[in-house]
Amino acid sequence: MSSPTLLTMFRCVLRRDLVLALRRRSDVLSTLFFFIIVISLFPLGVGPEMSLLRAMGPGVVWVAALLASMLSLGRLFSNDYRDGTLEQMLLTPQPLPLLVFGKVIAHWLVSGVPLVLIAPLLGMQFGLPADALLVLVGSLLLGTPVLSMIGAVGAALTLGLRGGGVLVSLLVLPLYIPVLIFGAGAVEAHISGLGAQAHLSLLGAFLVLSLLFAPWATAAALRISME
Amino acid sequence: MLEVSNLECVRGDRRLFKDVSFSLRAGELLQIHGPNGSGKTSLLRMLCGLVLPAEGNISWQGLSIRDLREEYAQAVAYIGHLPAVKDELSALENLSIASELSGVHLSQDQVFAALRRMGLGGRELLPAKVLSQGQRRRVALARLLVSGATLWILDEPLTALDVAAVKLMQSLIEAHLHNGGMVILTTHQDIEIPGFVTQRVDLAA
Repeated sequence: MSSPTLLTMFRCVLRRDLVLALRRRSDVLSTLFFFIIVISLFPLGVGPEMSLLRAMGPGVVWVAALLASMLSLGRLFSNDYRDGTLEQMLLTPQPLPLLVFGKVIAHWLVSGVPLVLIAPLLGMQFGLPADALLVLVGSLLLGTPVLSMIGAVGAALTLGLRGGGVLVSLLVLPLYIPVLIFGAGAVEAHISGLGAQAHLSLLGAFLVLSLLFAPWATAAALRISME
Repeated sequence: MLEVSNLECVRGDRRLFKDVSFSLRAGELLQIHGPNGSGKTSLLRMLCGLVLPAEGNISWQGLSIRDLREEYAQAVAYIGHLPAVKDELSALENLSIASELSGVHLSQDQVFAALRRMGLGGRELLPAKVLSQGQRRRVALARLLVSGATLWILDEPLTALDVAAVKLMQSLIEAHLHNGGMVILTTHQDIEIPGFVTQRVDLAA
């Protein structure tokens, strides 16, 4: 099979999932509002002490991003599983990792990118300076696709299981920890004057690794779950 | 040619069937019979390659389907008991995306023609969630019209279909067999296609 057809397949899956997300907007918006509300609760609960808020801001935004990403994982495969379209995808002559890759990218575009875009606004509640907000956006931009990629493996493994939602968080959240540490760490390092470059480079490395391996692992997990 | 030898299916700690063997040549129809829970769907999913058999071998044109994978996927069209129709997409989008993914690019006209042939004329652009069960089934079956697959594997293709659609299905199967295709199906109604070899496999519970 030549590469242009692979690209067409990728685009086909991507477009399909984006259209589906667009027609079921409430799912996308609920993740976004969850993210907004969770972050906004902290300044209200902790009180207006600037130094405290500034210290915890990056961590809070990142933890909220992790939870929001968890929340949206359930939708990645379960709808397609329930109506049988996932089964048909497994039976197509296309390489499954490629289709999975398209689905995960679409998932990130609808559930990850909005978080990245709204993050600077939410960061302002914690009194983060403008350049720190920029680093926050950069770290989220590198980190959220990793969350989607890792999460896809967990979502595929728990597909069709009762109580899969809880199981997927137990499975995936520990794997999110490195991303959390280096994501929030990047902003903190920047604020403390150390520079965020080392953290961001590591996040970039995570991204490359997850893009390379997660689609294969997810495809294998799907084949097991669909038996 | 599809050859199946000594297939055994184990789900959990229950053995559903064992020693299922048959071979299917071009222009032949195979009906799988058996009471509910006897493993008909499991057998079909094995034949598609979705489930690995506990024992036994499935080979296509002399090669094991596990080695063929994508080549075999090209030769098979499977309609399961889930229609694989997306509620949010129109019949048109459902069919064109499904065929695109199976490697067949269709023009808009071809998709319209296939849907009209399945009796969905005038409903091509409606989202599938407003269609009835039978109409959704028809959208699913329209995939057969546009796929270039040799082997059709159909799980209860006649459920939810009205009399006219059952007739249509029979004529589609007949045309497919006539063109040298093969059909494997499970059904509780007997389908007789005169002039073609009809094999039967009974999965006793």
